[in-house]
Amino acid sequence: MAADRLWSIRGTLGGVRYLAIAGVGFASFLGGWWLLAGSGLVDAVFLPEPVAVARRLLGWYADGSLFADIKISIGRVLGGFVLAVLMAVPLGIYIGSFRPVQAFFEPLMEFARYLPAVAFVPLVLLWVGIGEGAKITLIWIGTFFQMVLMVSDNIRQVPMAQIEAAQTLGANRGEVVSLVVFKSALPGIVDTLRVTLGWAWTYLVVAELVAANSGIGYAILRAQRFLQTDKIFVGILLIGLLGLLMDQGFRLVHRRAFPWLHLR
Amino acid sequence: MNPVPATCIRIERLGKTFRGQSTPALQAIDLAVAEGEFVALVGASGCGKSTLLRLIAGLEAPSEGQVCLDGRPVQGPGCDRAVVFQDYSLYPWLNVLENVRFCRSLRAHTRDASESEVNSAVERAYALLELMGLDEVRTRYPNQLSGGMRQRVAIARALMAQPRVLLMDEPFGALDAQTREVMHELILRLFEIERSTIVFVTHDVEEAVYLADRVVVLAPQPGRIDSIHPVALPPPGARHPDLKLAPEFLRQKKTVLDRIRATSGVQRDLDKLSRLAELSRRDRRPDAKPATGIH
Ligand SMILES: Nc1ncnc2c1ncn2[C@@H]1O[C@H](COP(=O)(O)OP(=O)(O)O)[C@@H](O)[C@H]1O
Ligand SMILES: [Mg+2]
Repeated sequence: MAADRLWSIRGTLGGVRYLAIAGVGFASFLGGWWLLAGSGLVDAVFLPEPVAVARRLLGWYADGSLFADIKISIGRVLGGFVLAVLMAVPLGIYIGSFRPVQAFFEPLMEFARYLPAVAFVPLVLLWVGIGEGAKITLIWIGTFFQMVLMVSDNIRQVPMAQIEAAQTLGANRGEVVSLVVFKSALPGIVDTLRVTLGWAWTYLVVAELVAANSGIGYAILRAQRFLQTDKIFVGILLIGLLGLLMDQGFRLVHRRAFPWLHLR
Repeated sequence: MNPVPATCIRIERLGKTFRGQSTPALQAIDLAVAEGEFVALVGASGCGKSTLLRLIAGLEAPSEGQVCLDGRPVQGPGCDRAVVFQDYSLYPWLNVLENVRFCRSLRAHTRDASESEVNSAVERAYALLELMGLDEVRTRYPNQLSGGMRQRVAIARALMAQPRVLLMDEPFGALDAQTREVMHELILRLFEIERSTIVFVTHDVEEAVYLADRVVVLAPQPGRIDSIHPVALPPPGARHPDLKLAPEFLRQKKTVLDRIRATSGVQRDLDKLSRLAELSRRDRRPDAKPATGIH
């Protein structure tokens, strides 16, 4: 009976069992890694053991630079990301609401989003130098255009009936946009931000690999020079973990801010 | 004799042709709706019922002619003409009470409101909730409600704005038969209390005859008024579901139904079907060979 529900398409699974299975997933990943690294089939330069990686993490923490690196990387990600959000959300709302604005910006954005952000690195260095501005600019280039298009899509998905109901209740244009369109699209926009934040991390690493002397990405680069594979692993896993945490943060916000979507 | 009630909505030579279409969706519509009248629009699907309602609401612009409300031409949507749609128009992020009170957050309703008006608006919201049987669920969100409940909220929200006319586009189209029956009684009770002017689109002829003072049959391609049927039934307050079985009711229903069939091409289909039935009867005659099955 219970097994039926478990394996039926889109069946049900309790929270505890979900977490248990997720734990098994992580454990098999770790176990596989540990077995492979411990078997001696692969040189530790290519694949360090989990224990070595953990030791390296502790060492990084002990020399006091771990939190400094994390802090500076998070700061850069948030800097570029928040800048993109502040510009993309209002623009996306206008593009999604008004046809002429859409005609003006959307083809332009569609074009810009296919420009390879990574290839902008030399230009960015030329334009803004190698300071913090460069990293923030690169993250902005990598996220802004996609974000604009996705937010305008969120806006366009607001059912016309919701808009027209407001109009026939006497709402003016500004009220329709602020009280109905924005509110209705907000859960979708928050999801868009959650997804684009992941991309911001990608561009952070790119930025720190080419033009930085601090941060997790830079630590990875330096580890490569000294062939410290275990430190490269720590850096990669650290970024994965930070991304996961921020993602979960967004999900929590989603559940708290939009309770009507999570009713059962 | 009562004095003749004033005309509320006057539709003159109204026509609508959507861009890129050769046949007009509506052509030469003339109709006057009196103050406090309940008019139902019926007709085959695609004959322009929704378009006519949307033109009255100001959600579409006419290609020809005009709609006048109290003598003034309709220029766009406004709070004097509230619309109840079939579905998806409630605000899922607001609970029932907040949905009903939505218009109170708009400048059009609060601009010149005195304190006593604000107080009476609060009272009105609660009165509407009670009238609609929603006071128990006023803190719930729309997606926690049944379809019938949701439509009650939509109606209460529309009435909260105290519109001159209430426009409804198949508001019960997605509801099951029992719920719809309850909604009919609710609408009649409401109509008695509020005495609103109502234009009601439906494809359910029984619903139209039961609720309306007049039933307007639209014919398709191009959408036009085929006929108008004044309904001679007891006043709304004295109607009862059993009335739907009374011979007089059935007679009036049949008159309307016949017009819809005649104008919609349904009659052609029905004739074709009866010819088919005739053929299959011939096949089954003992002297004929067994019906040739489909292999
Ligand atoms: N926005 C629109 N654009 C183009 N054609 C439309 C639009 N709305 C309705 N129509 C057309 O107008 C005709 C009448 O539609 P509608 O008023 O929705 O009919 P009904 O509500 O009676 O089913 C149909 O042929 C439909 O295809
Ligand atoms: Mg329709």
